[in-house]
Amino acid sequence: MSSWLDYTINGLIVGNVYALVAVGLALIFGVSRLINFAQGSIYLVGAYIGWVAVVQLHTPLPLTIIVVAAAAAVVGLIIERFGLRPLQNSVRIAPLLATIGISFVLDQLVMLTFSPNPRALPSQLPDVRFQVGGGTIGPLDLLIAGVGLTSALLLFVFLRYSKLGWAVRAASQDRDAAMQMGVDVNRVNQAVFGIAAALGGVSGMLVGMYYNQIDTAMSLQATLKGVVAEVVGGAGNVPGAVIGSLLLGLVESYGVAVFGTSYRNLFAFLLLVVVLVLRPNGLFASARQAPPEPLTGTFIAPSRPVRIPRWALAVAAAIFAVLPFFPVSFYVLQTLINAWLLGMLALSLTLVAGTMGQVSLGHAALLAIGAYTSALLSLTLGVPVGLAIIAGGLMSAALGTLLISPSFRLRGHYVSIATLAIGEIVSLVILNWESVTRGPIGISGIPPLSLFGYDLISPTSIYWFSFIVMVVLALLQGRLLGSHLGRSFRAIRDDDIAARAYGLSLNRYKSLAFIFGGFAAGVSGGIAAHLYSYINHETFNTQQSILALTVVILGGLGNVVGAIVGSVALVGLPEVFRIAAEYRILIYGIVLLLLVRFRPQGLLGTI
Amino acid sequence: MAEQHHPMLSLRGLTRRFGGLTAVDAIDLDLARGELISIIGPNGAGKTTLFNLVTGLDRPDAGTVHFEGQDITGLSPERLAAEGIARTFQLGRVFGNLSVMDNVLIGAHTRLRAVKPAVPVIGPLLELGLALLRPASVKAEEERLREEVKAILARFGERLLPRIDQPAYSLSYANRRRVEIARALALQPRLLLLDEPTAGMNPTETAEMQALVAELKAEGLTILLIEHKLEMVMRLSERVIVMDEGKKIAEGPGEQVRTEPKVIEAYLGHGLSGTAEQESAA
Ligand SMILES: Nc1ncnc2c1ncn2[C@@H]1O[C@H](COP(=O)(O)OP(=O)(O)OP(=O)(O)O)[C@@H](O)[C@H]1O
Ligand SMILES: [Mg+2]
Repeated sequence: MSSWLDYTINGLIVGNVYALVAVGLALIFGVSRLINFAQGSIYLVGAYIGWVAVVQLHTPLPLTIIVVAAAAAVVGLIIERFGLRPLQNSVRIAPLLATIGISFVLDQLVMLTFSPNPRALPSQLPDVRFQVGGGTIGPLDLLIAGVGLTSALLLFVFLRYSKLGWAVRAASQDRDAAMQMGVDVNRVNQAVFGIAAALGGVSGMLVGMYYNQIDTAMSLQATLKGVVAEVVGGAGNVPGAVIGSLLLGLVESYGVAVFGTSYRNLFAFLLLVVVLVLRPNGLFASARQAPPEPLTGTFIAPSRPVRIPRWALAVAAAIFAVLPFFPVSFYVLQTLINAWLLGMLALSLTLVAGTMGQVSLGHAALLAIGAYTSALLSLTLGVPVGLAIIAGGLMSAALGTLLISPSFRLRGHYVSIATLAIGEIVSLVILNWESVTRGPIGISGIPPLSLFGYDLISPTSIYWFSFIVMVVLALLQGRLLGSHLGRSFRAIRDDDIAARAYGLSLNRYKSLAFIFGGFAAGVSGGIAAHLYSYINHETFNTQQSILALTVVILGGLGNVVGAIVGSVALVGLPEVFRIAAEYRILIYGIVLLLLVRFRPQGLLGTI
Repeated sequence: MAEQHHPMLSLRGLTRRFGGLTAVDAIDLDLARGELISIIGPNGAGKTTLFNLVTGLDRPDAGTVHFEGQDITGLSPERLAAEGIARTFQLGRVFGNLSVMDNVLIGAHTRLRAVKPAVPVIGPLLELGLALLRPASVKAEEERLREEVKAILARFGERLLPRIDQPAYSLSYANRRRVEIARALALQPRLLLLDEPTAGMNPTETAEMQALVAELKAEGLTILLIEHKLEMVMRLSERVIVMDEGKKIAEGPGEQVRTEPKVIEAYLGHGLSGTAEQESAA
């Protein structure tokens, strides 16, 4: 039996680990107002470098720590120099997307190098435990506490007494003023990225040793936990990040003690959403402080969209509509069906992220809601599949909008964090709500697509069905963009303060965008459920959210035709070039990075 | 008529603090219907913050704002826009990716009726449905507003009309300021707040802007103007209010205020202390 004291010790130790990640995030946010979504990937890299050092090079522990810190710092410096510095003068969305892309690329590189299977990371420490009061504590706990305290001390001395540390503090207080006083912002950025990466890498290694296991899923978890801790402590607030981390560690540990392990993450994300909603500037900031995001400058790349004449679109649609009459292989139809399903998701995301400016990273959750609703309705209540899919779309629209509505006050990066967390919450609820969702077993035997009593089994009929649904959704969305709502959405995206001053309610219009977008995504998920006949909580995952985001950027933010062209390109081209499945995600990440750097308006231009 | 007895806008003891700094310090102000009052003062005097308090973008720590006899303190900017308060922004806040036409149409947002039925709860859903279906009434309303926008843009001569379909980010600085004013006029405001409408404009452009504001005033619009160009202030305003460090230090007709020692001191004193601070920081 673990005692209450054990849970407290465990909470503080885990909190210590989170602190190493969160402090780095806070330093970076302080000087560049950027939430570094790649922080978790550096943590992952740290864990695997630690594994190489311990298992293959047999380095002694102190040397392992130094190697990990140094190697991770180099990765951080590379990210700063090649990933972010070129974007210094670009639109606000660019660095946000870049860190998402970098994180994706790093994770995939680690996965391809080391395989996705978990590995053991021995701690090199004697396996003894000491009695302390009613609980026990081991050498590894002491090591983690020691590393945490030492890092805090070093960081304090650096920030307080070194010239560069002074520059970091100056830049995080007022970047423009610091620049005018001769502070070299590039050096400051290098310093914080190097330090943040070193701390993150060591943190990953320590966690690997703590659980004696490392795997590639650690990355996203670490980013999320670090961001939660950082936001709880107040974005950019270094001591706040430490306190936020310890608090998060304790909340999780006690939560696990009361409700069980599978709820661990749920507490973290609920804490995040509650803090974002009630105190978006963190627990220690005064609630009425000015928002930390810069208030001027455009969010998305200004551009003139490529105008495609209506007749050309009609011809293209006609060609795809009659395609099955020609001798095309099943394989081609299957690929295009996937493209149409992704197209619906991309339509949804391009409306929300592009037209409305809410870069959602949890969009796959809308697929999941639609899929589960449609599957369960048709399976347990015998609702006809066509109706069930529409119900899935409506449920996604309603539930998705309801879940995201607390974050309507947030801007920029905070929206991405909130949607990422909400996406995780949805998948955790699906996993844990066994009486309805059948938990980890998933739902099997979902009836096939059917319409007015006729089953759609042949690839041709499925092709037509999904193509027509996508075209209808695209036409509706085009009509929406041409209405007063299209301009209202775009106005809020460009400047929500000016929009409010002219009577546009953020709640009302963000809700409408999510309702419309949620419907399209839910329908896509519903159709997918009936096609796959089996779904579980992992069918619709973050990778799909990122894939959809890449599609949307490729096509041009807010661009309806672009979303479809992007889907066909990203689903089709890897098939044409026969790229192996495991490299595809890596390529999507690289495409995302290249686009952000060289063509932020996408192929067809933002709207 | 009871309405005629109270001023259109009336501020009492309006105060806003940022940490230790009192940006707006117990400001009283009465603005009658059809009047134009200018607010002047050195940089950082709290003029823009005062505008933010009146338009609901910021909430006061103390004091009240009454508009047409109604207490509107702390109401949301959306509500205040619907009440007929329009403003422009000092640094310019046009919607960069929207065309000139769309920018100004947003100004008319609070006047949409056909597409925005005032039905509780399901109102937003009806709005979505009407936007997609576009019945004749919605089309007619949109058409009417577009014609109106063209009429508003015509007030700026050939500055904006030829660029009506261009995105706002591609406009010159002065044209963006004009779009902001056009957007404010499209709201058909009862009260118009202009925050340095001629900032960064050359003398010709300034003269044009001055003529436009004079025209609006002649049409009976009630205007609160923040302006650094004293020449323009003297010409246009019935009364001038001078702010310094959040406080109202003088109020009265332009020529009288201009010669008050306190006002001269505020302008000079700040100039001097400003340079002194910069020197000690360097
Ligand atoms: N959101 C805010 N947070 C903290 N301080 C603020 C904030 N907004 C304004 N201030 C401070 O309040 C004071 C008044 O600022 P304000 O912008 O109202 O001045 P102003 O009279 O409009 O100056 P200018 O002529 O330069 O436009 C300034 O010292 C400014 O730094
Ligand atoms: Mg100002």
